[in-house]
Amino acid sequence: MAEFSLPKNSKIQPGKHYPAKDAKKPRTFRIYRWSPDDGQNPRIDTYEVDLAACGPMVLDALLKIKNEIDPTLTLRRSCREGICGSCAMNIDGTNTLACTKAIGECDAGDVKIYPLPHMPVVKDLIPDLTHFYAQFASIKPWLRTQSPAPDRERLQSPEERKKLDGLYECILCACCSTSCPSYWWNGDKYLGPAILLQAYRWIVDSRDEATGERLDDLEDPFKLYRCHTIMNCTRTCPKGLNPAKAIAEIKKLMVERRSA
Amino acid sequence: MSAKDVAVKDRRNPLKTARGLGSAQSGVEHWWTQRVTAVALVLLGLWFVVTVLCLLHADYATARATVAKPWNALLLIAFVLTMFWHAVLGLQVVIEDYVHTRWKEVVLMVAIRFLAVLGALAGVLAVLRIALTP
Repeated sequence: MAEFSLPKNSKIQPGKHYPAKDAKKPRTFRIYRWSPDDGQNPRIDTYEVDLAACGPMVLDALLKIKNEIDPTLTLRRSCREGICGSCAMNIDGTNTLACTKAIGECDAGDVKIYPLPHMPVVKDLIPDLTHFYAQFASIKPWLRTQSPAPDRERLQSPEERKKLDGLYECILCACCSTSCPSYWWNGDKYLGPAILLQAYRWIVDSRDEATGERLDDLEDPFKLYRCHTIMNCTRTCPKGLNPAKAIAEIKKLMVERRSA
Repeated sequence: MSAKDVAVKDRRNPLKTARGLGSAQSGVEHWWTQRVTAVALVLLGLWFVVTVLCLLHADYATARATVAKPWNALLLIAFVLTMFWHAVLGLQVVIEDYVHTRWKEVVLMVAIRFLAVLGALAGVLAVLRIALTP
């Protein structure tokens, strides 16, 4: 059945407090902490950061905390410019990238930072995305063709290429999938918005010849039809994409290839 | 449960888990039927509300005579059938979403179908009794 409360070992305990000394522009960050090694429940640690000596983004604050206050804080990050998707986390109540979310954009009061929702946690802000990546692999995210390989590139007209706009920009940060209640309850089988957007990216690619097989693979009450157009995916996407629309387009194609 | 614990109990490649039992090759029918019955219910529902409003201050004999009219009886039966059909499709989604114990899922799924068929038959029988009794 649906679960209405957290398991005992996931209940959050009060954590440590790290006050700032003579800060000019103090801002409080409340951050989810959990380590697999100490047998403790998760806790929320409170860090006061002097914004006068910190970059503008949430990632800047996190790295300042890690470098200057508490080196045990664990998070993923790489490109710090919104293209790698590593620093996806739940900030101020919304899944987004720490590197492109400005501290000033967060609601007044403490900035609350949690890992992506409803994923197993590896440590602190790092979710285990193994299943998410396996689901991505399961849609065979590469060009599949039956016609023999041409001597040169497979060509695409500008119009055909345009159909990939709004799809190719997806960086697989998992913000959308982990914001989706359907993915929370049925993520074992439901592919989720990110993977379905990626699937659609190959379905509409004019060079791909496996459209039918791709639709066959998706035609399933759980893989595709757990989408109930809740729209959290589109609202949360840090790249401004519209996974809900991609899913709707797949559903339209499913109807198109059968008799009404 | 940490990722490590899962790894001990589950030695399958994550791709094996993700691919699962494969695609059921169904779901479009359900999705499309749910939408078609929804459209039908909008039209039938409007007709039903208007009909009921017209009977607001009517006595029993007038109400009975209204239901007995051929077109009204036909549309009323259509309304009852479509409603139960649509309700089953909707409840099925709710059960699939939230009930994750397989036997409970199967029992509930069969139960709502039985109840819907009974409800639909009862509704149709009621209308027919009024419509066909002189």
